[in-house]
Amino acid sequence: MSAQESPTRAWFRRVAGLVRKERLQIRRDASSYLIAGVMPLLLLFIYGYGVTLDLRRIPLALVIERSTPESATLLTSFRNSPYFDVVLTHHRANVEDRLIAGTVKGVVVLAADFSDRTERGEAAPIQVIVDGSDPNTAGLVFNYVQGVWANWLDQISIERRGTIAPRRTISAVVIEPRYWFNPDVRSQNFLIPGSVAIIMTLIGTLLTALVVAREWERGTIEALMATPMGRAEFLLGKLIPYYVLGMTAMAISVVTAVQVFHVPFRGSIPALLIVSSTFLIAMLSLGLLISTLTRNQFAASQVALLTAFLPAFELSGFIFEIDAMPLPIRTLTYFLPARYFVSSLQTLFLAGDVWSVLGPATLALAIIASVFLTLLVRSTRMRLE
Amino acid sequence: MSDEALAVVEGIVKRFDPQAPPAIDHLSLQIEPGQVTGLVGPDGAGKTTLMRLLAALLTPSEGRITICGHDTTGDLAPVRESLSYMPQRFGLYEDLTVQENLDLYADLRGVVGLERRNAYQRLLAFTALGPFTDRLAGQLSGGMKQKLGLACALIRTPRLLLLDEPSVGVDPISRRELWQMVYELVDQGIGVVWSTAYLDEAERCATVVLLSEGRALYQGPPKELTARVEGRTYLIENLGSQRRKALTLALRQKDVVDGVVQGSSVRLVMANQETRPNLAELGVAGATLTQAAPRFEDAFVDLLGGAPKGESALAKFCQQRLASQETVIEASNLTKRFGSFTAADQISFRIGRGEIFGLLGPNGAGKSTTFKMMCGLLRPTSGTAKVAGYNLYKAGGAARRQLGYMAQKFSLYGDLSVRQNLRFFSGVYGLAGAAQEDAMRRMIETFKLHAFLDQNAGGIPLGFKQRLALACALMHDPAVLFLDEPTSGVDPITRREFWSHINAVVEHGVTVMVTTHFLDEAEYCDRIGLVYQGHMIAEGSPDALKGSVQTTDRPEPTLEDAFIELVEAYDRRRIAS
Amino acid sequence: MWHRIFTLMVKEFLALWRDPKSRAIIIGPPIFQMLIFSFAATQEVKNVNIAVQNRDWGTSSRDLIALFEGSPNFSKIEFLDDESQIPQAIDSRRALMVLSIQSDFSRRLAARETADVQMLLDGRRSNAAQIVAGYATEIVGRFNASLLQNERAPSSETIVVGRIWFNPNQLTTWNTVPSLVAILTTSMGLLVTALSVARERELGTFEQLLVSPLGPLEIIVGKTAPAFLIGLVQATNMVLIGVFLFRVPFLGSVWLLYVSMAVYLFSIIGVGLFISSLAKTQQQAILGAFVFMVPAMSLSGFASPIENMPDWLQTMTLANPVRYYIVIVKGLFLKNAPAEVIFANVWPMGLIALVTLSSAAWLFRHRME
Repeated sequence: MSAQESPTRAWFRRVAGLVRKERLQIRRDASSYLIAGVMPLLLLFIYGYGVTLDLRRIPLALVIERSTPESATLLTSFRNSPYFDVVLTHHRANVEDRLIAGTVKGVVVLAADFSDRTERGEAAPIQVIVDGSDPNTAGLVFNYVQGVWANWLDQISIERRGTIAPRRTISAVVIEPRYWFNPDVRSQNFLIPGSVAIIMTLIGTLLTALVVAREWERGTIEALMATPMGRAEFLLGKLIPYYVLGMTAMAISVVTAVQVFHVPFRGSIPALLIVSSTFLIAMLSLGLLISTLTRNQFAASQVALLTAFLPAFELSGFIFEIDAMPLPIRTLTYFLPARYFVSSLQTLFLAGDVWSVLGPATLALAIIASVFLTLLVRSTRMRLE
Repeated sequence: MSDEALAVVEGIVKRFDPQAPPAIDHLSLQIEPGQVTGLVGPDGAGKTTLMRLLAALLTPSEGRITICGHDTTGDLAPVRESLSYMPQRFGLYEDLTVQENLDLYADLRGVVGLERRNAYQRLLAFTALGPFTDRLAGQLSGGMKQKLGLACALIRTPRLLLLDEPSVGVDPISRRELWQMVYELVDQGIGVVWSTAYLDEAERCATVVLLSEGRALYQGPPKELTARVEGRTYLIENLGSQRRKALTLALRQKDVVDGVVQGSSVRLVMANQETRPNLAELGVAGATLTQAAPRFEDAFVDLLGGAPKGESALAKFCQQRLASQETVIEASNLTKRFGSFTAADQISFRIGRGEIFGLLGPNGAGKSTTFKMMCGLLRPTSGTAKVAGYNLYKAGGAARRQLGYMAQKFSLYGDLSVRQNLRFFSGVYGLAGAAQEDAMRRMIETFKLHAFLDQNAGGIPLGFKQRLALACALMHDPAVLFLDEPTSGVDPITRREFWSHINAVVEHGVTVMVTTHFLDEAEYCDRIGLVYQGHMIAEGSPDALKGSVQTTDRPEPTLEDAFIELVEAYDRRRIAS
Repeated sequence: MWHRIFTLMVKEFLALWRDPKSRAIIIGPPIFQMLIFSFAATQEVKNVNIAVQNRDWGTSSRDLIALFEGSPNFSKIEFLDDESQIPQAIDSRRALMVLSIQSDFSRRLAARETADVQMLLDGRRSNAAQIVAGYATEIVGRFNASLLQNERAPSSETIVVGRIWFNPNQLTTWNTVPSLVAILTTSMGLLVTALSVARERELGTFEQLLVSPLGPLEIIVGKTAPAFLIGLVQATNMVLIGVFLFRVPFLGSVWLLYVSMAVYLFSIIGVGLFISSLAKTQQQAILGAFVFMVPAMSLSGFASPIENMPDWLQTMTLANPVRYYIVIVKGLFLKNAPAEVIFANVWPMGLIALVTLSSAAWLFRHRME
C-alpha cells in the first residue's frame, strides 16, 4: 500500500469529494435551476413591475348629476390626477353595482344643485363613497380625493377672486414630509430588497429540505455511512455547495435590482457578505434539519413551506408592518431569521452600513444559526438508528 | 495476523421493537479472511440486519461485534477503514457518471495520486466498465450498476467486504462475472460476506450461515449441509405436459419433502433415504424415476421444514377455461425504437391458452421493452400486439380487462391497508357488490392474509407482500397473467408456494407470460424466448434449449449454461459476419 | 365504469388520509395560517415609534405633541435634545418618523403666520412611512381646525362628506379573512394534485394503474376528486372560522359561494394535474407547484391592487384564477354581491379550468409512454 495521506489532508479531501458530488447533482437536475435561477428572477420581476404599494390609477367613478362649467373643471382636475382613472356617469344608480363588483374603488357625487350653491357661496357638499372592503385603499382614496378637491377649490378661488371662501382664513401649521433614503417614495425600493430575502429563504431551505430526505429515500446514505466519512464532512459536503448556490443567486438578485430596477445600493459589499452569510447558514441548517428529521420529501417540503417560506413572506416586515401585528405574533417574529434579514437588506440598499441596525441583526442571526446548527449536528447520526 | 478472524460476533441480540421477537437472536459467528461466507435464509430472517450490524450501521442490543479487533460500538473510524459495504440498492448516485461515482468514493476513502490511478485502472479493467466512464449510473443496466457498486466498494482494497444481495435483478452472465471477480479478491486474502436468496450461489461459498428468525440454523461448509439429503433426491423424467399435475400429486405423498418442476421433469426430495416416490400414483405413463445429485437448495428446504404442502386453494375458485390450441397472446413484428436506438427489432411469438411463456435475456437486451409492449405500457414503433384477441392499442380497455399484471418491484399502495388494496384492485377491474366481496374473501383465504388485513401493505413481511401482489393481479380471474421478475429476492420456500399458485391457474387455462433472471424459475416455463440485442435469438422448451447446447464436454447442461452459451454464440456469429 | 372511477377516488382519498403525517399536513397548516396571517396581514400601521425634536418653548408646540401622544397609532414618542440625534434615530430604526419643530413655532402661530413642521420619514419602509405621514397630516389638520375654532373663523366652506361602504369601521380582518379564504385553498389543492401522479411514478404504482382497464380520462377524474373534496372541506372550515371567530359578516348567497368555489377548485386542480403530468419526480412537482403558486398569489390583488400594475401585466393576470376568486369571496362576504357580478367572475375561471384540464388530459395521454 502506498503512503497514507495525513489525517487532515484526508479530511479535506473527503469534504471536497462530497462537495463536488453535490455540485454535480445540482447541475444535473433541471428543477434546481428552476428554483435557483428562474424563481429569483421571477420574484424580482413581480416585485419590480407587478407589486407596488403606491396607489396609482385607482378606478374612481365621478357622478355629475348636472353638467356645469364648474363640474367640468372638477372633472378635469380628477382626470389630471395621477392617482385616479376616472369613469364619468350622470346617475348614482349605475355606480352602486360597480362598487359591488369592485370595478371602481370609490365614487364622488356632485349633486344637481352643486353649481348653484357654489355660485351663491354656500357650502356645497360633495359626497365621497369608498369601498371599505380594503380599508387601506379606502383611506388613501379618501385622502387623495380631498387633495384633488382642495386644489380645485384653490384654483377656483383664484379664478373668481374670492367668490368662494378661501380655504384657509389664517395661516396655520404646514407640515412638510421628507422621506429619507427614498425621496421619491418608490415602493420598489423597499420591496425589492425584501424579495431578495424571500429568494434566499427559498434557496436556503426548500432545496436543502429535499436533499437529505432524497438520500434516505434512494438508499444512497447507507453506502456513504459505511465509509470513513464523519458527521462534519457529511454536513459540510451539503452546506458548502448550497451556500455557494445561495450566494450566487443573491449576487444575481442584487445586480438585477441595481441595474434593472434602479434600486440604489448604498452599503458595502463586505457588510452584505457578512449579514447574508449568517442568514444563509441559518436557513441552510434549518433546511437540512427538516430534511434529516422527516426523511421524506413530501413532508419536508411542507414543513419548509410552513416554517421558513410563509413566515418570511408574511411575518418578516417584507410586506406587512411588524409593528401593527398583535403582541404574541410580534414576539414570534423575534425568532424568525427573515425578520432580521429583511431590515438589514433594506438598510444596506437604501441607507448604507448602519451598524446600529446591522450589528444587532447579525448577532441575532448568528444566535439562531448556531441553535439550528447545533440541532442539526445532534440529529445527524452516522448510523442508521 | 491473516489467520485471525476478521469479524467476531459474540452472542448478539438486536431488537427494534421491545414487544416483538428480536430480529437477531443470540447469534455468534466468525468471518475468516480469504474466503466467501454466504449468508442465506428465508425472507425476514435477519440477513440485512446482520449485514448492517457488521458494517457498524446498527449497534447490537446485546453482545459484541469486533471488526479487525475494533468494537463496532466504539470509535467508528478504524472499523470503517477496514471494511467496505455494498448495500442492496448498490448505493450509487444515479445522476452521477461512472467516473464521478468512483471519484467520490476515492475521495472518501483517501485514495490519491498513483494509488488512485492504479486503482481506477485495475477496477475498470476488472469490471469492464472502461468504455462507459462518462455514462450516468442511472443509465447503466442492472449488471453494470452492480459492478460499479462493487468497484466503489473496492476503491481501497478492504480487509472485509460485505455484499448485501448483490445478485438481485442481475442476469446470469453478469452474475457469473461477479463471482469471478469475488474469487479474485478472495485469493488476495480478503474476507467476503455475501448474502443471497439464490441458493445455487450458496454452493460457491466456502462456508455458509443459514439464518432463520434471527438464529443460525446451520454454520459450516455448504457441502456438509447438502450431504444431509444425500440419496434422498430423485428426478421423474418424461412427464411432458403432465408435469404440473404430477408435481401436485407427488407433493401429496407423505414422504415427499420438496418438489419442483425442472423442464419436462419433476425433482423431488424425500424425507429419508428409505422411501422412494410412488410413481404409480402420479398416473403418468412412460415416466421414469432416477436418483439425482443433491443440491444445497434441497438441503435448505429440508432444514426449514420442507416445501409448503397442499394444493393451491386457487384451484377451487378458478373458472375452467378450455385448453385448446387457440392463440391467446400474439406478437407480430414488434419493433420499438428510442431515437436511433432499436430496443426491440421485429419480435414475433405466439402463446397458446394455458401455456407459461418465459422471456429471458441479459439486462438491457430488450426483454423489458418487449414485455412492456405486450402489456400495453409502451406503444410499439411498428408491429402489433394482441391479447385475448384484442389489439392492445385499438381496444386497450377491453384488452386490459383480460390481463393481470404483477410488477417487478413491490408496487402496491404501501400506505393503504391490505384490505384497501384488495378492494381497490378488484374495483378498478370492474368487480362490484357481492362479486367483489366474494373475490376478496377468496383471495384472503387462498393467500392467508387474515392477520394483516388492516395493516399497511408497506409494512407486512416481504413474502406476504408478494402474495398480496399476486392476489391483486388474480382477483378478476384474468385470462392472461403478466409477471415481471415476480420472485426476485424472494426465498425458495415462498417461491415454491408462488409457483404452486401459478401452476394451479395454468391448469385452469390461464396463460402466463413471465420474465426472470432466475433460471431455476425458468424451468417452470413451457416455452422460453431468449431476447438479446433486440432480437429473439432462441425459442423453445427448457429441455430443447438445454439440448441445443449439449456437447460431449457438457453432457448435462443447466439452463444457465444454455443461456450463456446461446448469448455468446450469437456474439460470435455477429463478429464473424 | 362509474364503479371503477369511484374505486379510484376512494383509493386516492385514503392514500392522503390514512397516513397520520399527511393527514396532519393537510388539516393543520391552513388553519394555523388562517389564524396567524389574519392578524399579521394588515396594511394598517399601529404601535409605531416616533421621535420629536422640539426647539420651541411655547405652548402651541406642546399642544401639537399632545395630539400625537393621544393617537392610538403611535406607541412611543422619543424626545430628542439635539438635531444631530435625528439621523441616528432614523438610521437605527428606532423611529419611523421624526417631527422637527422650529424654535419660532409658537411665536409665528401667535403672529398668525405660517409655521412649518418638518416631518422626516424612514424611506426604507416607504409604505408604512406614507401611511404614518397620512396620520400626521390628519393630526395637524385637527390641530389647525382647533386653531380656527379659537379664532371663530367663518365656516362657509365646501364640505367633503365621506362614507365608507361594506366595512364602516374599517376593520382589517374584514379584508384579510376573505382574501385568505381564497388564497389558502389554493396551495393545498395545487400541491395535492401536483404530487399525486409524480408520487405514483416514483413509487412504481403508476404502471399498475396503466395496465388496469382505467382509461386516461377515468384516471384524471379519479385524481381530481380527493383534491376537490379536501378543497371544499377546507374552504368551509375557513369560512366558518372567518364568520364565527373573526366575526366577519357573510352577507351573500351560500349557493353562489359553493358554485364559484367548485369552478375555482377545478381551475386549480387543472393546473396541478398539468404540473403533475410534466414532472418526473416529486421534487420537480413540488418546485413546479411553487413556481406557479408564488406569482399567482403575488399578482392576485391580495398584496397589492391589480389596477396599479402595468397594462401588460394586468393583461397577464387575466389568466390567473386567484384574482377572480378573491373578488368573488370578498363580494360575497362583505357586499352581498348579486349573481350577475359573481358570474362575471366565474366564467373566466371556468374557461381556465377547461383549458388546463383538457391540456392535462392531452399531456397525460401523450406522456403515458
